[in-house]
Amino acid sequence: MIITKQKPFEKILEMTQPYDKVFIVGCGSCATSCQTGGEKEVAEMAGRLGEKVVGTAVVEEPCDLRLDRRDLKAHREALKEADAVLVLACGSGVQTLADFTGKIVLPGLDTCFIGETERLGRFYDRCRACGDCILDETGGICPITRCAKALLNGPCGGQVEGKCEVGEYKNDCAWVLIWKKLKEQDRLDLFMKFRPPRDHSKKVLLTEVILR
Amino acid sequence: MVAKRPAYSNLVKEIRSGKFVLTGELEPEKTTGLEEILASARAMKPYVVAANVTDNPLSMAFMNSLVPSYIVQREIGLETVYQVTVRDRNRNALISDILAAAHLGIRNVLALSGDHTVLGDNKGAMPVYDLDSAQFVYLLSKMIDEGVDLAGNEIHGKVEMNVGIAANPNADPLEPEVLKIGRKVGLGVDFIQTQTMFDIDLVKEFLREIERFNCPTLVGIFPLKSFGIADFFDKYIPGVHVPKELLEGMRRCKDEPDKEKRKALYDQVNIDFFEPFIKEIRKTTKAAGIHVMAVFYERIFEPLLRTTM
Repeated sequence: MIITKQKPFEKILEMTQPYDKVFIVGCGSCATSCQTGGEKEVAEMAGRLGEKVVGTAVVEEPCDLRLDRRDLKAHREALKEADAVLVLACGSGVQTLADFTGKIVLPGLDTCFIGETERLGRFYDRCRACGDCILDETGGICPITRCAKALLNGPCGGQVEGKCEVGEYKNDCAWVLIWKKLKEQDRLDLFMKFRPPRDHSKKVLLTEVILR
Repeated sequence: MVAKRPAYSNLVKEIRSGKFVLTGELEPEKTTGLEEILASARAMKPYVVAANVTDNPLSMAFMNSLVPSYIVQREIGLETVYQVTVRDRNRNALISDILAAAHLGIRNVLALSGDHTVLGDNKGAMPVYDLDSAQFVYLLSKMIDEGVDLAGNEIHGKVEMNVGIAANPNADPLEPEVLKIGRKVGLGVDFIQTQTMFDIDLVKEFLREIERFNCPTLVGIFPLKSFGIADFFDKYIPGVHVPKELLEGMRRCKDEPDKEKRKALYDQVNIDFFEPFIKEIRKTTKAAGIHVMAVFYERIFEPLLRTTM
């Protein structure tokens, strides 16, 4: 899931200030689960912004053009009238809505990461979408995401009681976790394996996936 | 294991000759001047075979380590160990810097990860880590032993350097650290320098653990110039604890009002602790030497080494 956080309301106020008519779009998927852009949060936001809100909608997945088309059909007139669209969805949703509406878009959320949900309100960074997954070799623990230095051949040596030097020793050292897991699975040969430098050009060039 | 490369540096020549070697440490700071570094280098020259020049320790943005590494060799005639972290440079910048260092006659490079940028004095910096320190060793081996860069492009001229890495015997848990060292040594490492050690039992355990990798290791010690430094070390350096009796000894000295007497007291506390420490290392371990991180505390070399070397 894409984990989002709502921007401070003062920031949203500042962003929307130049516009007299604002339409708010929420997300029925990830941002609903994050409690940042569901029905409830969209209604709350509309209440706080007051009269300038000319309409609201929660699209099932605003990052999908087809669903924007379907779910915003009934709001065509209000959208047309709006000077700007405030989007309570991830960055992908904001950009898809910019494409769909052709309007000025305002991001109401900050996109944090692709995360694991422990329970509502507890999310953990798990994937950076690096485009070259090696989780088979690292005991299902991603060093790109969970090691602060994104080392492929860790640990860096800064671990104290298994905790990382970044974040005041509160977070687990990813490479200690990997070592423990691989040891448990009797696969320490994978820990000893040298991983050569990544080809970052792959990710730089990976800007679209076109299957047909 | 890759084939042993020639000993290009005096440091590695002395290590391979079986001599128990000493290295020192120089720290460029946030300054455009080199007077202090040169004075320190001059002061430690009689005692050490080479001096490390640190690269933005604790992620502080200081003077680039290559310049003092070169100037110290040229002006003082003291060989340097050019420390390079992968924190602030991508592979292109690393290749460029190593080519420049080779031109300037640098003979030792210490390949480091580097403390994370969020610990530094410009916390908003982007942490690079394009390569990690093992991949940096891999790059160095390609440049030195094969005359090519990472992508296999040919280098004109020779890169004649020996490669060192750091190890942290204080790492907890220790096993992944030991395994990592083994993994890295296999990529072409000529020597290891450890993080600061105060615990002789841990030194022995660690050296025993890494003995199978057959890589000469210098044990890091950090003579403590003042109680303030000792206290800082104890509180803020990851995994390093200054032994209670040493810290207490330092604390007692700080109350001496006479500056000269206080200095002498501090020196004595250090000598009382590190003299037997070094003797024990020489007597009971296969350490190749000691890396003495007496930064701006060069006066300790003479009394400390009088009976130990």
